[in-house]
Amino acid sequence: MSDTCFQLKGSVVTTFILELYQFSLDDFTLQLKEKINQAPMFFKQSPVVISLDKIDDNITEINLDELLTTCRQFNLQPMAFKCSHKRFLDAIKATGLTLLSKNASRNLTKTPVTPEISSSIESTDVKENTQLHKSKLISRPVRSGQQIYAEGGDLIILSQVSEGAEVLADGNIHIYGTLRGRALAGVKGNTSARVFCTKMEAELISVAGHFMLSDSLREKVWKQPAQIYLDEQILQVEPV
Amino acid sequence: MAEIIVVTSGKGGVGKTTTSAAIGSGLALRGHKTVIIDFDVGLRNLDLIMGCERRVVYDFVNVLNNEANLNQALIKDKRNENLFILPASQTRDKDALTLDGVQTILSQLAETFDYIICDSPAGIEKGAQMALYYADQAIVVTNPEVSSVRDSDRILGILQSKSLRAETGDEPVKEHLLLTRYNPTRVTDGEMLSVTDVEEILAIPLLGVIPESEAVLKASNQGIPVIFDETADAGHAYHDAVARLLGEKIEFRFLEVEKKGLLKRLLGAK
Repeated sequence: MSDTCFQLKGSVVTTFILELYQFSLDDFTLQLKEKINQAPMFFKQSPVVISLDKIDDNITEINLDELLTTCRQFNLQPMAFKCSHKRFLDAIKATGLTLLSKNASRNLTKTPVTPEISSSIESTDVKENTQLHKSKLISRPVRSGQQIYAEGGDLIILSQVSEGAEVLADGNIHIYGTLRGRALAGVKGNTSARVFCTKMEAELISVAGHFMLSDSLREKVWKQPAQIYLDEQILQVEPV
Repeated sequence: MAEIIVVTSGKGGVGKTTTSAAIGSGLALRGHKTVIIDFDVGLRNLDLIMGCERRVVYDFVNVLNNEANLNQALIKDKRNENLFILPASQTRDKDALTLDGVQTILSQLAETFDYIICDSPAGIEKGAQMALYYADQAIVVTNPEVSSVRDSDRILGILQSKSLRAETGDEPVKEHLLLTRYNPTRVTDGEMLSVTDVEEILAIPLLGVIPESEAVLKASNQGIPVIFDETADAGHAYHDAVARLLGEKIEFRFLEVEKKGLLKRLLGAK
């Protein structure tokens, strides 16, 4: 392992947005209590972003300390403010909590349901379906000098793959026999592709361009049923 | 309908011609009318092994080019009336062969013969592909060492992709493994691959195991196929292989180290 202490990563966290329309301590406390009592466990220690965007235009001042204290009483964890009205900025600053910029807040609130994301989820679903149709089945031994490529899908081999033979697939490779040759899964960059075989004696295994030679395999799963997959850019070899 | 059997290996010098001669003779000895064709155009060898080199007048290529008819080119074996040889041309090369020409000759031979043995040249190029193209069965000759095994694997791949049966999607060519130059002592010492090793790598049924024997070299030089040698282990092993080719179930011999008797040990005989 390296000496690295941490890694910074982009991430999407689901939070509640508390959209404030007006504020009076008694009403707020009462209504919040009512809301929380509907599902106390659900709201317990929930991070919450308080939005002042939809506040009544006639209100010029809010006691933010009271607001925050009340929220904390009910076990909510205010983590930031969201506000586009200049008149509240100083007060927000005084609370010490973050003010989310307009763009960031938009991302934060909308990301889980943006049409872009959902459409890409649909399209991956479609891809998976077509992969099923496109998988290639080979029932005879793949001999030295032969090369078999399953374009756009999985490759299933019901026999052995000899030394000097090469089997490739855009998806996974399943070998129900001895693998002595080369197996390259996810050749077009599919990092979730895997190689499975019932007896591992491969010359070379590759997933999305990350490869491993027989020397490394010998120490782990040699002549055993095994699977190889990519985890955080590192090839993992495991017995099956 | 004649059965076309190709004897092939990929690698050279493993015993293809010796095997063609022995298996062909064995089939003839059992009463099947058999012809052995030498596909090694340019490196004529089969006639030497069969001891008929002085009787070659016309050859395979002459027949292909209509310079002679089949009966003129076929040489009848002196030892067995069921056995014929179609020699290769010494002066031409593999380009003289065409698929159409080969097919014409094979179909003519199929009218009168029960078995047509095609003795393939080494390699995986045109000559070898011509020899295996029309085959119904293939005898893959392999020595118990890694390079020979890998080349056999390669030729098995070609059999299953570039033969007529593969191209037309017919029932695939029936494959047989024939292990030659097998020396059980060296296997025990770890110098040679064992029968099980080779079978596991190639994954095709075993037709026979021919022990390494001085009788094979002697037979080649005398021009008498080793199967005619009643005293040689190799001859017996080829007889067994022929029987298995014809569907008989025979136990494998010569796989274990032979225990020397006291007298042999004292005399130091091999």
